[in-house]
Amino acid sequence: MKKLLITLTVLATLLFGVEIMVKGSDTMLNLTQRLAESFSAVQPDVTVSVTGGGSGVGINALINQEVPLANASRAIKSKEISQARANGVNPVEIVIALDGLSVIVNGKNPVNQLTVEQIGAIYRGEITNWNQVGGPNKKIVLYGRQPNSGTFVFFREEVVKGEYSANMRQMNGNAQIVEGVKADEGGIGYVGLGYIKHIEGIKPLAVARKPQEKFISPADEAAVKSGAYPLTRPLYQYTNGKPKGAVREFILFELSEKGQEIIAQEGFVPVTQNYIERNNQILQ
Amino acid sequence: MKLRRTVDQGVRVLFSANALLAAAVLVGILLFLLTYGTRAFLPSGIIDPEDLTSHPVKFTSFLFGTRWNPDAYGQPEYGIIPLLLGSLITTLIALSIAIPFGIASALFIAERLKGRLRVAVKMLVELFAGFPSVIIGFFGLIVLGPLISRLFGVPSGLNILNASLLLAMMSLPTIISVSEDALRVVPYSFREAAYALGASPWTAATKIILPAARSGILAAVLLGFGRAIGETMAVLMVAGNAPIIPRSLFDPVRTITTTIAIELGESAFNSIHFFALFALGFILFLIALGTNLLAESLIRREKRSFTL
Repeated sequence: MKKLLITLTVLATLLFGVEIMVKGSDTMLNLTQRLAESFSAVQPDVTVSVTGGGSGVGINALINQEVPLANASRAIKSKEISQARANGVNPVEIVIALDGLSVIVNGKNPVNQLTVEQIGAIYRGEITNWNQVGGPNKKIVLYGRQPNSGTFVFFREEVVKGEYSANMRQMNGNAQIVEGVKADEGGIGYVGLGYIKHIEGIKPLAVARKPQEKFISPADEAAVKSGAYPLTRPLYQYTNGKPKGAVREFILFELSEKGQEIIAQEGFVPVTQNYIERNNQILQ
Repeated sequence: MKLRRTVDQGVRVLFSANALLAAAVLVGILLFLLTYGTRAFLPSGIIDPEDLTSHPVKFTSFLFGTRWNPDAYGQPEYGIIPLLLGSLITTLIALSIAIPFGIASALFIAERLKGRLRVAVKMLVELFAGFPSVIIGFFGLIVLGPLISRLFGVPSGLNILNASLLLAMMSLPTIISVSEDALRVVPYSFREAAYALGASPWTAATKIILPAARSGILAAVLLGFGRAIGETMAVLMVAGNAPIIPRSLFDPVRTITTTIAIELGESAFNSIHFFALFALGFILFLIALGTNLLAESLIRREKRSFTL
């Protein structure tokens, strides 16, 4: 059966070219789709198909050898690495872009800035009214992601540092959070940088690590790049072993000047020198 | 002659095999859910004292726990109460809307509409029964959500009310269609007898025909219940999905089905979380089985007291 499948795949490849399946992070979905389209224009015999589902879902698919490439907006967990090893999979990490995870509120909300600690307390359910953080007397409504999301995990580890309030509405993707906060004057949400550009009715908050430090907006690209913005995070891709063949070609394209240009157009931030060096070591 | 007997024999074997297969599949699913589900409570595999997610779930904290938080920062919790309440509350509210409207529509279609118009209306209703739930969910997200939020002055329209309204919409066609069938098989002589005694069409419909079709209508209601409690996609899109014990119609809610849909993809294969989701599936199965058994016994009691 397995032999037959392999023969069929080889045959299909000879006839129709190569197909790369990419699965994972919803934050990176639009971005990777744009990259895939441009890549196919350069390499017409390779098709890259991208699906979402969440970082956890993508990494799970890589572990189960369903896809050769997984998108993740959080680093792989040590537990997932040991699961992968047990399955004969050796996850290798590439950083393709940087994201300034943006905390958004409704455009009518007068609050412009919060500290990481305040945001954490809001999401833990300890601060429940906007008047506790200098806003109007209005109940705070929490919008977040579902546990399959890498953003959900990243935000919990870096900002919430505890359990999410059970009252948080768990939305199915960045776009739904944007829609929710747009319609809700008391709403607060967190989304990837690519989801706040050109959208009316919401605004990203400036964030500081500590009250006495400078509050920085995620729209400040240099600050995201330097890591001065507190919620800067790398966006990862994972392969099984060192990337080879068409997958390697695709990754090289993503990291090329053209690829990084697309990343900037999509609202995310190109990789910095230290990540470029790290990627080069892996891709050599 | 001999040939015919062998064909008869063959067909009989074929049909019994089919019936057995259906039963076997059902038993298979039951056993599958049971074996997978119970592993959430058994100390199977490696328990790493450092790794809180590898500890089996206590059966009592599963049944009576009020917090569902499997992917936790600290200790994972697997309390089913908020999910169970979520499923039951949305379904019951949906049915309390869908049953009166459904039966009234069925009565109207069966008793008042004639000829081609009746066929056309019935067809439309049945067409709606096959409507993709993701589209209905989209409608809830884009239209109903903002409407509820504006109408009631609540911050978010993604809540119990929205989910229940969608579920009512989705179980209505089933209830109407099956009730209408039940009303139509009530013999015409019943109506004639009622009219002969001087009953108005309204009295005939509510006092004679409706009671005569009781068991069929009950079946319709239970099918509607099944449709509502099993629905996943539409609810996932509009319920807000916060696993809390709701206090008002405008609180978000998480149902059993949406929990399985959201979490099965990310739970590691053969982990405690993975098995706990099967335990949820088993509970859902028990609810379905329970309602069916209840219906069966109600219909049987019905038959004894009221013979056509």
